[in-house]
Amino acid sequence: MSWMVWTMPTAIFFSSIAAMLAGMTIWEILSPTIERKGFLPIATTRGDRLFIGLLSAAFIHLGVIGFTSLSIWIALAVSAVWLLVLMRWG
Amino acid sequence: MNNKVPNNRAWLLVLPMLVLVAFSAVIPLMTVVNYSVQDVLGPNASFFTGTEWFRTMLNDEALQSAFLRQISFSLIILAIQIPLGIGIALIMPKRGWQASAVLILITLPLLIPWNVVGSIWQIFTRGDIGLMGWGLRQLGVDYNITGNASDAWVTIVLMDVWHWTPLVAMLCYSGLRSIPEAYYQAARIDRASKWAVFRYIQLPKLTNVLVIAVLLRFMHSFMIYAEPFVLTGGGPGSSTTFLSQSLATMAIGQQDLGPSAAFSLIYFLVILLVSWVFYTTIMNMQKDKPPHGGA
Amino acid sequence: MSYQLENTQRGEKYNTIYSKVTPAQRRNRSARSRLRSRLLLGLYLALMILPIYWLINMSLQTNSEILGSMTLWPQNLTFDNYIGIFTNSSWYMGYVNSILYVAMNMLITICVALPAAYAFSRYTFIGDKHLFFWLLTNLMAPPAVFLLPYFQLYYSVGLFDTHIAVALAHCLFNIPLAIWILEGFMSSVPKEIDETAYIDGYSFPRFFVKIFIPMIRSGIGVTLFFLFMFSWVELLLARTLTATDAQPIGMIMTRTSTASGIDWGTLAAAGVLTIIPGILVVYFVRNHIAKGFALGRT
Repeated sequence: MSWMVWTMPTAIFFSSIAAMLAGMTIWEILSPTIERKGFLPIATTRGDRLFIGLLSAAFIHLGVIGFTSLSIWIALAVSAVWLLVLMRWG
Repeated sequence: MNNKVPNNRAWLLVLPMLVLVAFSAVIPLMTVVNYSVQDVLGPNASFFTGTEWFRTMLNDEALQSAFLRQISFSLIILAIQIPLGIGIALIMPKRGWQASAVLILITLPLLIPWNVVGSIWQIFTRGDIGLMGWGLRQLGVDYNITGNASDAWVTIVLMDVWHWTPLVAMLCYSGLRSIPEAYYQAARIDRASKWAVFRYIQLPKLTNVLVIAVLLRFMHSFMIYAEPFVLTGGGPGSSTTFLSQSLATMAIGQQDLGPSAAFSLIYFLVILLVSWVFYTTIMNMQKDKPPHGGA
Repeated sequence: MSYQLENTQRGEKYNTIYSKVTPAQRRNRSARSRLRSRLLLGLYLALMILPIYWLINMSLQTNSEILGSMTLWPQNLTFDNYIGIFTNSSWYMGYVNSILYVAMNMLITICVALPAAYAFSRYTFIGDKHLFFWLLTNLMAPPAVFLLPYFQLYYSVGLFDTHIAVALAHCLFNIPLAIWILEGFMSSVPKEIDETAYIDGYSFPRFFVKIFIPMIRSGIGVTLFFLFMFSWVELLLARTLTATDAQPIGMIMTRTSTASGIDWGTLAAAGVLTIIPGILVVYFVRNHIAKGFALGRT
């Protein structure tokens, strides 16, 4: 496994993704999602909103890293808030 | 489709496939993420660099222009191949031995290894031994793909049209074949013009296959590598260097694992976004329509 | 009353059209438009064949004739280039390698894709849509992204430079493609067939092999054609994962350029030989291909 050159931040990143997937699965088993339409132009399920949130979070991070001198933690905070907004009202 | 049965044991049927694809997709993807935050010098010598590579890559002008070239290339070939493919499908014979013969001939370019496609066109367009290059020079055209950027561009677009229009044509042809003969008879009784038949009978039936054609063609043109690499090597200068080639040069040629990994991830995120938009659109289109197809 | 009137008016209109264009003229016109479309098709096919013809032409010439003069067909027909390839094991083994890993890939892919496609076409389960989308993204991931980790992954598990390594690597895009195509075909088979079979006491594996697979035979044929196509034409991964023992023919072809120039004749002959397996495969599926190309989604 040494060729995969793991580092602490990436390990934490992938563990949290895995934890999210596991959490979503358990949540789905306990209370199945219903497709609904929020402020997004399409009807979405819970999983769709999580995916949209994560994908936009990736682009927020890229934007902050590439084109501003802001700290990456700000990007993380913005993404987290955006994800919550999406999950609740998206 | 609406009449699917909820059954979580279906996961068991999916599992073998999942293991295989995950082995090929997830482990390498994780490794790329790991590379992207480090300066990897050797198996046991790497330094954590954080987000530095991403910053460098996003502001790299060579890559930005490769990206713009890539997008314009994909749009150009879509604009040529889709109408051309529909046109060819419309004039292909519908039955008999001619239909089989034309089918086999048309699919031919699809079955040639991609680097051989490059070789074929490299030979074909050479000024000294290639029919096209020689012919154009005889006609007085100063045609030179290694010296002239626009010649190289035209040739690559031409090669891609030659290579992939058959796929669009075949998809449309099979779409056309599924139209019942009764529709055409009704149109004949109504004395519909050819255009009306195309617009109101054939085109609506083609929507489904056209979406697939656009999706497949966009994806493949966005990762085009072997053909231009063999034909022009990305030159002259960097005028025909597309994204995959910049990436391969960086990763293999210069052994810059960190930056090329960061670049891969950006590339992958862009593709992910585009394909998600495509996929959602297709799914929403199919939702409005009665059955057949779609997951 | 008004309906009748309208009807007669329409009838008259038809009659006037009829009187203007005689049936013979109409037949004439449609024959002319058919001729025109045949001509256009012929033109396209001719232009399409031209580069391939040129390759064949060159493969039948000696290098001195290729470089010496411009000849539209071989003046001194020679098969030396082909004989050279068939008598040199380092050349023809390239074809054997390519065919081996393509065949392995087709076998592995179809075995795991059939049950998975069935699951997608018949059941809903947690995360099914996301799983399907994730599969499609693999179809879209440029192989260049994965080159280095692939090399190291297969090196570390000891599969580097084997046929199975390339076959497994090509699963990355072939399995999603196969599932996508097969799912379309399976969804067009009515669900009642499954239910009837279960009522008749068939177990799932028996039903699947005995009844379901024969029903989507043409779909499977077309899927195999696509699997062959994409595995046969891909070289970036195949090249990265092999060194000498499993090297694909496309890679061996690069050997024709040596310090003394390029051996054009051999290069052309090798190129022609890479086209032939494709022609054979497409010949076998020619009757299903028109239906199959729509991936069951028309």
